[in-house]
Amino acid sequence: MDILTSFIVIPFLTIAGLVFCKDHKQVKLTAAIGMGIQLILAAVLIILFLRERAAGNMAEMLFVKDLVWFPSLNIHYLIGVDGISVAMIGLTSIVIFAGIFASWEVVELPKEFFIFLILLSSGVFGFFISLDLFTLFLFYEIAVIPMYLLIGIWGTGPREYSAMKLTLMLMGGSALILVGLLGLYFNSNPSGGQLTFSLLAISKVHIPVEIQKFFFPFLFIGFGVLGALFPFHTWSPDGHASAPTAVSMLHAGVLMKLGGYGCFRVAVFLLPEAAHELGWIFIILTTISVIYGAFGAIWQKDLKYINAYSSVSHCGMVLFAILMFNKTAMTGAVLQMISHGIMTALFFALIGMIYGRTHTRYINEMGGLMKVMPFLGVAYVIGGLASLGLPGFSGFVAEMTIFVGAFQNVDAFHRVATIIAVSSIVVTAVYILRVVGILLLGKINNEHYEHLGDAKWYERLSTGVLIFGITAIGMAPLWLSEMINGGLGPIIQRLLMASPIH
Amino acid sequence: MINFGYTVWIVLIPLFLFILIGFFGHKFKPIVSGIIGTSGLFASMAISYFTAYQYFFVLPKVGETFVKVIGFETTWLRFTEKLVIHLGVLLDPISVMMLIVITTVSFMVHLYSIGYMEGEKGYMRFFSFLSLFSFSMLGLVVATNIFQMYIFWELVGVSSYLLIGFYYTKDTAVAASKKAFIVTRFADLGFLIGILLLSFNTGTFDFITLTDPKGAAIAQGSGIMFLGLSTMTWSMIFIFMGGAGKSAMFPLHIWLPDAMEGPTPVSALIHAATMVVAGVYLVARLFPIFHFSAPVALDVVMYVGAFSSIFAAVIACTQFDIKRVLAYSTMSQIGMMMFALGVSGYGEEAGLGFMASMFHLFTHAFFKALLFLGAGAIIHAVHSNYMNEMGGLRKHLPITHITFLIACLAIAGIPPLAGFFSKDEILAASHQKAMWIFILGLIISGLTAFYMFRLYFSIFWGKDQHYHHTPHEAPKVMTIPLMLLSLGAIFAGLLPFSSFVTSDGKPFASHIDMAIAIPAVLVGVIGALTAMVFYRKETNIPEKISGFLGGFYRAAFRKFYIDEIYLFITRKIIFNYVSRPIAWFDRHIVDGSMNGISYVTNEVSGRIKGLQSGQLQTYAWVFVTGAVALALTFIYLWTN
Amino acid sequence: MFEGVPLNWFLITATLMFFIGIYGFLVRKNLITMLMSLELILNSVNINFVAFNKLLYPQHLEGMFFTVFIIAVAAAEASVAIAIIINIYRRLVNIDVENMNEMKN
Repeated sequence: MDILTSFIVIPFLTIAGLVFCKDHKQVKLTAAIGMGIQLILAAVLIILFLRERAAGNMAEMLFVKDLVWFPSLNIHYLIGVDGISVAMIGLTSIVIFAGIFASWEVVELPKEFFIFLILLSSGVFGFFISLDLFTLFLFYEIAVIPMYLLIGIWGTGPREYSAMKLTLMLMGGSALILVGLLGLYFNSNPSGGQLTFSLLAISKVHIPVEIQKFFFPFLFIGFGVLGALFPFHTWSPDGHASAPTAVSMLHAGVLMKLGGYGCFRVAVFLLPEAAHELGWIFIILTTISVIYGAFGAIWQKDLKYINAYSSVSHCGMVLFAILMFNKTAMTGAVLQMISHGIMTALFFALIGMIYGRTHTRYINEMGGLMKVMPFLGVAYVIGGLASLGLPGFSGFVAEMTIFVGAFQNVDAFHRVATIIAVSSIVVTAVYILRVVGILLLGKINNEHYEHLGDAKWYERLSTGVLIFGITAIGMAPLWLSEMINGGLGPIIQRLLMASPIH
Repeated sequence: MINFGYTVWIVLIPLFLFILIGFFGHKFKPIVSGIIGTSGLFASMAISYFTAYQYFFVLPKVGETFVKVIGFETTWLRFTEKLVIHLGVLLDPISVMMLIVITTVSFMVHLYSIGYMEGEKGYMRFFSFLSLFSFSMLGLVVATNIFQMYIFWELVGVSSYLLIGFYYTKDTAVAASKKAFIVTRFADLGFLIGILLLSFNTGTFDFITLTDPKGAAIAQGSGIMFLGLSTMTWSMIFIFMGGAGKSAMFPLHIWLPDAMEGPTPVSALIHAATMVVAGVYLVARLFPIFHFSAPVALDVVMYVGAFSSIFAAVIACTQFDIKRVLAYSTMSQIGMMMFALGVSGYGEEAGLGFMASMFHLFTHAFFKALLFLGAGAIIHAVHSNYMNEMGGLRKHLPITHITFLIACLAIAGIPPLAGFFSKDEILAASHQKAMWIFILGLIISGLTAFYMFRLYFSIFWGKDQHYHHTPHEAPKVMTIPLMLLSLGAIFAGLLPFSSFVTSDGKPFASHIDMAIAIPAVLVGVIGALTAMVFYRKETNIPEKISGFLGGFYRAAFRKFYIDEIYLFITRKIIFNYVSRPIAWFDRHIVDGSMNGISYVTNEVSGRIKGLQSGQLQTYAWVFVTGAVALALTFIYLWTN
Repeated sequence: MFEGVPLNWFLITATLMFFIGIYGFLVRKNLITMLMSLELILNSVNINFVAFNKLLYPQHLEGMFFTVFIIAVAAAEASVAIAIIINIYRRLVNIDVENMNEMKN
């Protein structure tokens, strides 16, 4: 079995193992072991990948495997990775590993909870390795559907409403994606003959501009819904607020990245001319997302809402960077996906832990928590500082790469959009410091909180892994940035060829 | 060529201290972290002095000029082929001078804090943050490129945030730390945009390439015009905005007085001697670009510096909190450094302003740190920040009294103390530029002498107050740094500064012009004497004068309502008229339209649902009516 | 069979019975009455079958057989229906058709 397939097989083996577990403890252990193996595997994959590249294997995709799955429609099980997918797989395995430990204390139906959680993660892994548009879409759906059950059954607050809203909006998005994918499929062979879903094959084909312009909005908006593109982001605050901790982590940390990844792996990569022509509309929308999410977060009172709006802002930055169409900005986009993924997972994990102790998420009802739970408090401050882009943490690296990249576009439209996006760093600082100030600092305003305990070992492990991720990328970003940069070659080349200047 | 690779340790030692104390400090007794921190900083200081010795005296000059040396460099991140962030150590006269200032003051403050912070909760947290700050500040001054500077610029910002908010259970401290961070962050936004513009125009981040007067970056010229100014000018104005934020220049100064909520040693280190002069250092670092490519931006520096300086000096005369007086005094002195840069030309004698600015930065660090540490000793003794609750302390605190007096004399510019020499150079430089700015400088000097001696006499002379318990002198560990720093305040001015630090690296001989020195000293003495008359004995002259000045006095006392204006903009405008409508818009319009869609779907299906009622007879009705209707239709069709 | 009785009379009787049945089925709420109306409808059809058989193919008996067949099926259906109605009655203590709008109760 090749290494990539095992990323799908291991989750399913873990699920099979979970089915036979008898008690709570076994369930937790099985899930942790399964995802621990996945994490190790991801590390191995990164090392193997870097070694292959260092050995001079400059193929567009590595570890490619191609099996015919459904011959009459020419659907393949075609997998392979480049630097970007490897980075995303690394992100996913970190977040899911931390997520298992963050949900260590799920009491209600733990077995089913972990089964759905891991099913979801297998969908995500599958999505990142697929090079066939059909299997890509299949895995996308596998990742989205369990979310409904996870929120609807294990959520809090108005969970049915939120679960329904989230699922319906994402389903709406995937309906658009499906239209777009079929559009690609039926135009994948202009000279007649066998049609194909293969991403690599389509990327060699020139699709007429008019057709591109018709299908590009379907794909971009469809993936954009998942990437919280304004004005299709409203599932995110409600969905995150109701979701259980690990689900929020996985959802904001990884699932929203499916949107960004899809946007440029499918929409921009396969329809470059349309991207050039229609990009301006989406630049406006994403710029609004960036600044609007940040301002929206200032006024919120619920911790999860604050983080959800902050995610809208940060994910808007990802899509914004993709639309800048140059290597630096796109590297920044991927870095931002990874950085935001880990960071927001950390936030949601911490919010879950704090909520588990204080039983409220309203910041006005809390205060001075730094004194009673120093570990969680410090972790929250670290997350906050990373989020507002402090050097030494991953957010800085990502944002700076995006800004420098975006600034390479000389025309006034891009400049103005960039400067608006850059100014979000101040607004981010405002809402982060506001939360830190109210929540953690000051006096304890409720005597019940004085006897709350600090983090347990599994909580420390969960947050520790994520903090390690943030700081490791923040301190030594070069290897990651180079790895991503390598994967961007073909996309940039295609964009350059499509660019009206050439 | 000397290998300066070891200089990286000056920066790295504090980083290791931070990690060591931050992660493992709680394993030991609190005092251990203090001692580790202090000795680490001592090592750093020793290496800095050695570096200075090697750089200024051993390293051969190239044609009389000090060269810029890269001591160490590593690639950190690569944006494009040309835009690469390196982390490294750049040695040139100003960075070596800054290394000395920072490590010396930082060491003194560390030593002092061992005594000052004794018994405080979070002792080791304090020392770890202090090390973090030293690391960031040292990284900032040795930056080889503008992006490295930005990285450490942000890091000093966050260390300042952490240290101001050290007493995190106190609401005012939390608010002050937040304010400091957000205001400087706003300024950093300008800095960042400036960097982006600059690097896009010149294609490099590297300081050596950027500031080479004959290099491509400057020769390439000013770029396209925008709103009547070249992009180069715009980028320098934006970069200066960052510097103005960090150096508390008007109108971005509002965070500095509030920052005094932090522990006093922090105020001495960060908000007096080192971090706040980063803005001056930034302008000095990019001085050739300012001078050659963006003279308009340099004028902006001059105007902002001059206005801030006089503005802060006036406010300082009216405040009662001793730390706030010192804070405004800092702002005023930094304003002087700024306008000294603004009036300066480039190269040897013409660059007198540049030299004067750096000189003043150097001497100011000593006497201002001394003033703050002295203030700390006073607060430690009487547990109050307000000078109207003090008086007659000279008997109780002899050592603090003497050192404080020395610092006051130094800052007032009385010869032969340090402040005299550097202030004299600044005045000489402004005299070269224009008469009005020279006169302004004199007024500021007079005001400085006045408010410093107002402070001095109110604290140490005047009426003996009744204290809860008799104030007693601080322990040795606190008074020794005071004495060491007062040596600096006395002798630092005697250094032949212009033979080390100049705008183009080429030494020249400076001299004291009597036509400038005499009025300057006179103004200082008058200021000091006025304060003596007012405050040495209890009199009612100050009340009379403040009554006479009326509205102006009240405005100055309320700091010219700048805080209120900011509060109005942020609280009222941003929160109420931007953020709240956006939150509302999101809830009701964007989300509302999504919910609207689902509502419509629901309603429609609710209507249609009525047909599937489960009522057998309704179905039968429909069935029969349908059948009859069909029958009638067919009959009708057939009959026609 | 009934010499001199014209076909129309049979048809009119059957039609009357049919519509009386339909009316009863639609209007009455009591399940038993509805069942009786249903029987009326079926029987009106039976009359038609017999009448037309006699008129069109007097030598054959298919119409008669069909009638017998329908009577048999109707009997079976009535017994099942009554069984269900009794069950419903036990559960709900009435057999009003309007109360039965849920599959699950």
